[in-house]
Amino acid sequence: MDWGFIGTQSISALIGPMAVFYILGAQGLNLHYGYTGLLNFGQAGFMATGAYGVAICCASEAAGGYGLPLWVGFLVAVVATVLLALLLGVPTLRLRGDYLAIVTIAASEILRIVLRSEALEDFSGGNSGMAGFARSFYDANPFTNGRRYELGPFSYLGKDLWVMTVGWGLIAIAAVLTFLLMRSPWGRVLRSIRENEDAVRSLGKNVFSYKMQSLVLGAVMGAAGGVVLALYQNLASPDDYGTKTTFIAYTALILGGAARVGGPIVGGMIFYGFFAFMQVTASQAAKADVLPRSIMDSVQAGIVPFLFLGVVLMLLVVFRPQGIFGDRREIELDG
Amino acid sequence: MGGPGHTAPVPTLRRRGASAYAALLFMVVAIGVAAVGFVGSAAPAGAQGEAAEGIRGTFVNPDDGGKPVEGVEVVVRDEAGKKVGTAISGEDGKYSLDLPESGNYTAELLVKSLPSGVRLTDASKTKLSFRVLPNQHKPLIFPFGKDTRKVVGTWDKLPATLLDGVRLGLIIAMCSIGLSLIYGTTKFANFAHGEMVMFGALVTWFLNQRAGWAVIPAALVATVLSGGFGAVQELGMWGPLRRRRAGAFGMMTVSFGLSLFLVNLYQYLYGARSQPYSQYAIQEPLFTLGNSNVPPRVIATIVLSIVVLGGVALFLQKARFGKAMRAVSDNGPLAAASGINTDRVILWVWVMGSALAGLGGVLNSLDQQVQFQQGSNLLLLMFAGITVGGLGTSFGAAAGCFLLGIAIQLSTLWVTPSLKNVGALAVLIVVLMFRPQGVFGRRERVG
Repeated sequence: MDWGFIGTQSISALIGPMAVFYILGAQGLNLHYGYTGLLNFGQAGFMATGAYGVAICCASEAAGGYGLPLWVGFLVAVVATVLLALLLGVPTLRLRGDYLAIVTIAASEILRIVLRSEALEDFSGGNSGMAGFARSFYDANPFTNGRRYELGPFSYLGKDLWVMTVGWGLIAIAAVLTFLLMRSPWGRVLRSIRENEDAVRSLGKNVFSYKMQSLVLGAVMGAAGGVVLALYQNLASPDDYGTKTTFIAYTALILGGAARVGGPIVGGMIFYGFFAFMQVTASQAAKADVLPRSIMDSVQAGIVPFLFLGVVLMLLVVFRPQGIFGDRREIELDG
Repeated sequence: MGGPGHTAPVPTLRRRGASAYAALLFMVVAIGVAAVGFVGSAAPAGAQGEAAEGIRGTFVNPDDGGKPVEGVEVVVRDEAGKKVGTAISGEDGKYSLDLPESGNYTAELLVKSLPSGVRLTDASKTKLSFRVLPNQHKPLIFPFGKDTRKVVGTWDKLPATLLDGVRLGLIIAMCSIGLSLIYGTTKFANFAHGEMVMFGALVTWFLNQRAGWAVIPAALVATVLSGGFGAVQELGMWGPLRRRRAGAFGMMTVSFGLSLFLVNLYQYLYGARSQPYSQYAIQEPLFTLGNSNVPPRVIATIVLSIVVLGGVALFLQKARFGKAMRAVSDNGPLAAASGINTDRVILWVWVMGSALAGLGGVLNSLDQQVQFQQGSNLLLLMFAGITVGGLGTSFGAAAGCFLLGIAIQLSTLWVTPSLKNVGALAVLIVVLMFRPQGVFGRRERVG
């Protein structure tokens, strides 16, 4: 067991590219669930449209894409995500909250199945995903791609630093946007919808329209996370966007505190740092045979963090639904 | 128990279950029809009993009413390309050749040895590569005659696909009863319900393959244990949470956490491989439907599901306690006011629903082997079926699931099996758009 390695890995993961991915997803969920009370259980689907929008547009034609410049890819990613949000929102946002939950989770899973289907392999790359579209992104890197940069306990490759710079820029934009919106009359309507939808409707507000705007905006934040992950891996892989992803983002959000601008950011850092710590520790433990092989082999070690994820999510929601920074009056268990 | 001897030879074609079923069907059809030229694969070829390994086959010409073809030569070579021998078909069209050992071989049909008027279906397919297992007399197939595959269209596959759809629909319906009753009584969409399905399938597998029980007693015990697991959940978790006035989000998110925990626990304990039960995995077909064989377990599953679903329906309609369940589901406070002990009713809803889910899981795995993620996959179909049928209605939801199962399987006639569940979502969205209370639901149920 190399504790130094485990420490560096976990501390670097606190603000690393994967944490950025989950934080952006959680920021979108914060808008949905934290401020508007929408139960979006399919955030992974929106993150997938972001990733695949860029991947399919910008991959070279030899790799099965269209070879378009990156900015077109970003545009397509956003447009595709908005369309998906509209498609799911129109039938469900007029109905009781659990309909949205069921439809979004189903849609995100179906999207994943479609993207990994061998029938659409020419379009979306099948189960191995779409690769090879991030070249121009890394060409624009002000850091040296292959060099390792060290600062105290943090240690990143130049290419990761570039992803993080862009990613944290996006997080900052999302946070400022959320902060400003929630101080505006628009944000007050959203929060009133969360508290009492009928009361808002009786005041003459078009609740459906507000919910839809919230759904679309939060979905686009999630899509930004998907774009970051796709660029980081230079790969859009269908199985990165399973329901686990949605619930890691939820856990991050609830841990930090929903309905707080900083909630998803702090929650995402702490949770992903902890998650990475679990992953590295479990894999190191398996390598060092801390436990006999019959109890935990290396495959099983990869499962352990997810066991914890499930338990942490349950315990958080039951015992501290407001998380670290949240206000219990705003986020009650009966929300 | 559970050793390679048990698990290895189980047909890999069954591994992916329903989705593979259509592919299997197609293959059976393709092989079956094109290989009219090959008859009697079940009968051991000749009396060459001495050698353990060999090849065998029969040449007949379907263009000529299925007459045997004599004197056709097949040259067999080993992996190094060295000639092992030549098989020549006799008067009855049969040929065979002993091989020195198991391994990889290629067989080439000498086209010039074919009598005039006899031709290969695919003239370019004169060579076959194949693997001979120890003690196997490998049947080889060189199809003769015109390609008649085009005749087998969608409609020929329809009956067997429909039957498989009925099987899947009934299983989804059985699994979904608990989900929709729990939703009805407590307004709680349980995302961990799919793991209840897998609980039954996995307990059965461990009792069967690890402890050596027969499948039927193992399934019965697993069903009872599933009910118990449901009771433990209700008493230890959901009941207390409900009394703390947890809302939709809280309950759903906790159930998702539980689902994540359980599905990963299953993978940890059971592994990612799909494995069969020790019995009923390989069966002689009961009858042939269209071009595919129907094993008895499919019919048994269908009959058992109908009996169980009928029993549940009768119980909910006629029995006093069943009526109480429906009353709580319809209007909890009113039921409580009329003297029904709602907590007790909800407890038994959990027991019954979980037991049915567990049993559904066993029946599903009987046909598709055990795979730790099956529950999560079924859950989405259950949700789609319940919502289509009518969220919170018990019979409508079951009917919705049943129809959805059939629709999913039938869609494989036109779309690739890996995309068949997409149709389920499309149906879900369309139904919600135009009839949000579901096909069988009442309008006032929707908030």
